[in-house]
This record gives sequence, C-alpha cells and structure tokens, in this order.
Amino acid sequence: MTKQHANWSPYDNNGGSCVAIAGADYCVIAADTRMSTGYNILTREYSKISQLADKCVMASSGFQADVKALQKVLSARHLIYQHQHNKQMSCPAMAQLLSNTLYYKRFFPYYSFNVLGGLDNEGTLHLPSTVGYSSQGSGSTLITPFLDNQLKSPSPLLYPPVDAVTPLSEAEAVELVKTVFASATERDIYTGDKVEIVILNASGIRREYMDLRKD
Amino acid sequence: MASNSDSVSDTQRTLYPYVTGTSVVALKYKDGILMAADMGGSYGSTLRYKSIDRLRPIGKHSLLGASGEISDFQEILRYLDELILYDNMWDDGNSLGPKEVHNYLTRVMYNRRNKFNPLWNALVLGGVKNGQKYLGMVNMIGINFEDNHVATGLGNHLTRPILRDEWHENLTFEEGVKLLEKCMRVLLYRDRSAVNKIQISKITEEGATLFPPYSLKTYWEFAAFKNPTVGAEGSW
Repeated sequence: MTKQHANWSPYDNNGGSCVAIAGADYCVIAADTRMSTGYNILTREYSKISQLADKCVMASSGFQADVKALQKVLSARHLIYQHQHNKQMSCPAMAQLLSNTLYYKRFFPYYSFNVLGGLDNEGTLHLPSTVGYSSQGSGSTLITPFLDNQLKSPSPLLYPPVDAVTPLSEAEAVELVKTVFASATERDIYTGDKVEIVILNASGIRREYMDLRKD
Repeated sequence: MASNSDSVSDTQRTLYPYVTGTSVVALKYKDGILMAADMGGSYGSTLRYKSIDRLRPIGKHSLLGASGEISDFQEILRYLDELILYDNMWDDGNSLGPKEVHNYLTRVMYNRRNKFNPLWNALVLGGVKNGQKYLGMVNMIGINFEDNHVATGLGNHLTRPILRDEWHENLTFEEGVKLLEKCMRVLLYRDRSAVNKIQISKITEEGATLFPPYSLKTYWEFAAFKNPTVGAEGSW
C-alpha cells in the first residue's frame, strides 16, 4: 500500500502587504489590515504589526497562524532577554534573533514575510536592508519598484559604501507610504481596507491609520 | 520536507473527517454575543444525526460553537473541561474569560497542525467579561482572528456578506436573532448539509443561555422555483 498523502495543507496565504522605510532619525513601518483566505475576506481589521521592543517594530504577512506564533516566540524571547540583561534588546540583536528563529524551522518554515524596523540605542540606526527600505507580502511586487524609483539614491555597489538613508523627512515618508498602499490596493486583491502606519522616532512611537478601498 | 510526528503513527493521524457539523454563525449585539448553529451531523452525504449540540457554554464567560469533525469537537470539550476545572481549583475569584479561552484553543489547534494531526474543526468562541464583548474564530490550521461577526464553512461565503451589510453596533436582542435567522435560512436553502433544526444561544455578562431548538419557516413558492428550466431547454 502506497503511503497516504495528506489531503490538507498545513499552510495558507492570508495575504497583505508590509512596508518599512528608514530615515535619518525616524523609521516608518506600515501594513494593511486585511486578512483573507482564497477569494474570501476573513476580517478587515487585523493588525499585522507587532512591537517587539521599545524601539523595534515588525510587520509580517503570509500565513497568519505562523505569523502569530513567530511574533509570540520573539516577544517571549525578548522578555527573557530583559530579565537576564536588564535592558531592552537592540534592533540588530532582534534582527539576528528573527533570523535564527526562522532558520530553526528551516525544514518546516514559518510562512511569514517580515519587515523589521526600528531605532538603535544611540537613536539613529535602522534596519530595512542595506538600502533603507523594504517591502514584503502580496503587494510587494507592486510596491518595491515604486520605492526603488523614489528612494534609491546611491548604488549599493559603490565602494566605499555610501549611506543609503533616505533624505525624505518623516512627513514625506508617511505620505509616500500612504501613496504606495493606495496604489497597491488598486491592483492587489489581498491588499486593502485600511493601512496601519507606525512611526518610530526619538520622541517615541506613534500610530496612524488610513482607509483604503474595500473591494 | 516536513518533520513527522514521533508519537503518533501514520494510521492514527487524522486524514479526513467522518461525522461533520456544518456552519456556525455568530455576531456581537448590544448585551453580548449571539450564536447559531443547526443540530445536524452529516456522515458524508448522509444526514446521519439530527440532534447534535454544536454550541456549548465554557466556564462562566464563554460560548463555543464548532463545525467540522464532531469527535474532534468532543475531544476539545474534554480539553476545555480540564482547563476550566483547573481554573476553578485555584479558587481565587478569577475566571478565564473568552480571550483567554480563545488563545488556549488557538495554541491547541496550531500545535496539532504542527504535528500533522489536526483537530478537524473550525471553532467560534464568543463571550463577555467585565463588560468587554469578544468574538473570535480559529480553524484547523490555526488561523485565528476576532471580529464583530464570524461564520464558519459555507457560512463564510453565504452569510458574511449579509452580516457586512446589515450588522451594526448595538443591535437589540430581537434584531440580532432576526439577523441570525436570516443567515440560517439562507444556509438552509443553499447548504446541502444543513438541517432545519437550529439552536440559538446567547451569552451576556449574566451568563450563557441556550434556547431550545426550533425550525425555520421556509418558502418554496418563488416563481423562479416553478419550471426552473423554462428559459434553458435541456438544463436541470
């Protein structure tokens, strides 16, 4: 008798897009609030953003149960770190933890596409990749080229490396994020309803929402 | 690719469901949560059982509705029984609210999915504690969320649109029941595994009430049902 194959999949794609942009003294992380499965919308008000540390925020899209589990694991590990070291985890440390946690499940992955952003202890180091911005999720193919066009200044191939931090002001970056989500919503069926924008800067953390098309 | 569970052999993993319950629909209203489900248990395409209770109170503050494999639902009730028992044994004046029960269920479902031996259910968990209403859902692979109205199975396709259109904050009890009945009637007409014996239950700050089962009135005299193929010869 041949081995029975499962007629169910442990994975699903619940859609959604995430974006992060880093500036000189701020970091903007945004994600839409729609949760879908197949051609259905499960809910229009689901937050994909999780605050892992005081100045470190992660947005994740993909398979929601894995996203939730990953967020919980990172939160729990951060709590342990705080108990052991009596301080918050820095952003680069959190990024390494994220990387290790994902690799730990290399052979049964967390189907979670993450953007991690934040400010470092001295107040001015941020994360999204070496170019200062990144996008993940179902709308990323629509968003990334546009961000490249608007934000990419020096080539990452230059040596000595030129700082890629975007010259945009915080307000301009937030406007850009709103534009980018409005556009992605037009063409990506999994992106829409509302975009949740988290802005991290020296004075703390702030949240903004903007309505998107609901179709 | 996937790591296989160690303790459960292949013959003991859930491969497909046998006796299943169909949709559960629930919504938040002024005083709490209203939930509805029919009492059918299908064995494939046979409507084998017609008195299955798919709505159960959990502890003091929650109501659980389940669709999918009935035996897995009964297993979940055993887990929850133990959970509530241990909670009561603390005897500290605190009791698990709906958020906590939902979180527990989510973890249980996700962990079983990780071991490739899922509990083949889609669960609706609603409740009220300290004035806060809560309504959430979790399914067999661990996807979970909360919202003002939820539905499982075919209910997701047929009743969520009705709820999106007609639900609003502060529905009265009568309005809520009417809305749920509208949803259940649509399911009765269009879901082949639906049975015309529905149960509605509510949960408020005061506790859970399961109303006795009853049947919905149906209407089959729509003009379109007579001679349905008159416009398309050869159709059925």
